[in-house]
Amino acid sequence: MDIHEYQAKKILAGFGIAIPRGGIAYSPENAEYKAREIGGLKWVVKAQIHSGARGKAGGIIICNSKLEVAQAADKLLGKKLVTKQTGPQGKIVHRVYIEEVTDIKKELYLGLVFDRSSECIMVVASTEGGMSVEEISKQKPETIIRSKIEVAVGIQRFQAREIAFGLGIEPKLISRTADAIIGCYRAFSELDATMVEINPLVISKNEQILALDCKMSFDNNALFRRNQVSELRDKAQENPNEVYASDRGLNYISLEGNIGNIINGAGLAMASMDMIKLAGGEPANFLDVGGGATPEKMVKAFKLISQDEKVKVILVNIFAGINRCDWVAEGIIQALQKIKIDMPLVIRLAGTNVDKGNKILKESKIKYIEASTLEDAANKAVVALKKLKN
Amino acid sequence: MSIFIDKKTNIIVQGFTGKFGSFHAEEMIKYGTNIVGGVTPGKGGQKHLGLPVFNTVKDAVKKTGATASILFVPPEFAADSAMEAADAGIKTCVAITDGIPSHDMIRIKRYMKRYFKKNKMTLVGPNCAGIISPGKALLGIMPGHIYMQGEVGVIGRSGTLGYEAAQQMKNLNIGVSTSVGIGGDPINGCSFRDILEKFEQDDQTKVILMIGEIGGPQEVEAGKFAKENMSKPIVAYIAGLTAPKGRVMGHAGAIVSAYGESAVEKVELLKECGVTISKNPSVMGETVKLVLNGKKN
Repeated sequence: MDIHEYQAKKILAGFGIAIPRGGIAYSPENAEYKAREIGGLKWVVKAQIHSGARGKAGGIIICNSKLEVAQAADKLLGKKLVTKQTGPQGKIVHRVYIEEVTDIKKELYLGLVFDRSSECIMVVASTEGGMSVEEISKQKPETIIRSKIEVAVGIQRFQAREIAFGLGIEPKLISRTADAIIGCYRAFSELDATMVEINPLVISKNEQILALDCKMSFDNNALFRRNQVSELRDKAQENPNEVYASDRGLNYISLEGNIGNIINGAGLAMASMDMIKLAGGEPANFLDVGGGATPEKMVKAFKLISQDEKVKVILVNIFAGINRCDWVAEGIIQALQKIKIDMPLVIRLAGTNVDKGNKILKESKIKYIEASTLEDAANKAVVALKKLKN
Repeated sequence: MSIFIDKKTNIIVQGFTGKFGSFHAEEMIKYGTNIVGGVTPGKGGQKHLGLPVFNTVKDAVKKTGATASILFVPPEFAADSAMEAADAGIKTCVAITDGIPSHDMIRIKRYMKRYFKKNKMTLVGPNCAGIISPGKALLGIMPGHIYMQGEVGVIGRSGTLGYEAAQQMKNLNIGVSTSVGIGGDPINGCSFRDILEKFEQDDQTKVILMIGEIGGPQEVEAGKFAKENMSKPIVAYIAGLTAPKGRVMGHAGAIVSAYGESAVEKVELLKECGVTISKNPSVMGETVKLVLNGKKN
């Protein structure tokens, strides 16, 4: 789960990381009031969406007066922001964060992630803040410092100090930098985060160590024990179909293509999507209805896919393992009595009682195209799509 | 021979009396697996499916001589149960549970470092279909009847995609020595490499089929290990060609976040290691057949 920049800043501030003074606003008047509250002569207005690279997309505006702050808020609120990370559909700005402008002496990068190789928490730092970590590792890989943290004992002060010295921080600021690194580690491990990124972490002209922009992601599997994190979820930032699916226990991701698919199991779903692509089509979604493919889940899945306007053909691929194809077939028939589908439907059943399952489908009234293998199913879906176009 | 389990292995079920645990315990028993009891804290002394229930794994091990366990405990408590199994001297523990927090998985792995190698438990999973050695034993949730006994060792992350492969092979009259599901989580007990090592030493296994997916370094690490250490040929399929970067594709671990983690990159890196690639998921069986025949000729 992702959260907004202002939420991440508030969390990190609670772990002792200094942040510039700021406040959240939902209207231009609100923004102007916040600017007055913060004080000073210069502010920055930042669009709050779940994406980085907002600056280049026009989502971050520097203002020299309170009037400009109000104007910037007016411009951003309700606007669809398309960044490199949001995809072409963009994300809508529902709130802006007003912050005092910091005079920057030096910009650094600080990130914490799971290292899947060593199964440790890894601190990644660089002197080249402001660039994305991918850019840093391409352009200035020599500046990257990595430090593995043993989870049983947590981060040690010497490790934080080593990173700080590695970043070329002057001696009098080492202690404060180490505090910031340790604070990030604590936030990561105490809140079940999967990523903490401060980019840039800056040394200001008045020699403060400040988190200027930050991002946090959390482990969905651990939200049951992190109520204070779950509360921060902003469903307005997520694809509405994806929210609908996750609220109903379906694993769904919306994609760009037009062949909708309903599959049981994440691996089989990815494989079926690969087959669609190799057959010359494009999948409209990833959808895993779970290994069991119960009739209730099938109803929800058909409803979800039929809501997607991009979808022109539906491919169903169910491998019945512990359950049986005859039972799955009856589930599909039941689902199609509830949900009306008026587009080509390709169904491939496999596994336990496959002949019985196919017989039940054939003898039913539903209109569909039967497929035998993964490849056959993908090919038939693509052919059906081409016929529609002609 | 087979790896991890055979007809005689004494097996207990953790989370035995729950709905999921009961259902699959019955399926395993039907398959001929030697289930000797189970553990549900607070229900010790009762009988379930005609077998004894224990309060602790230590009790169960002491009374039944169990050396393997299968875990159906809900995600909130699963890490605790896995560590309990390790401490009780269980040698192989299969964790079926989906949804264990990553921080808990790291804690389990760290906890197990306290044991010497010869006493250390092998954790398979979590979020996996388990282990099957066809004709011998089932320590998992897969449908036993689609697996034919034979000479191909299978390692995969996904349940149903693994079944698909087993079915394709069965249709071509190719059997499986052991199939191991290592699960779809970012931090898991055993890696592809760990299982490859076991298959290399298994007489029954002639060829290995690796079914990987996007995300993480394990498939490529296994390829590099195989290049240096394996005499047996490997066939691989990597799912997720169409997966967008930075999105979790169902399995918590199926996310491309670094170089070498996309399907295309993994395929290239595996080819360099001498692994034969199944060009699409529909020809996993045929690709194994070609390699098997090449081996026999």
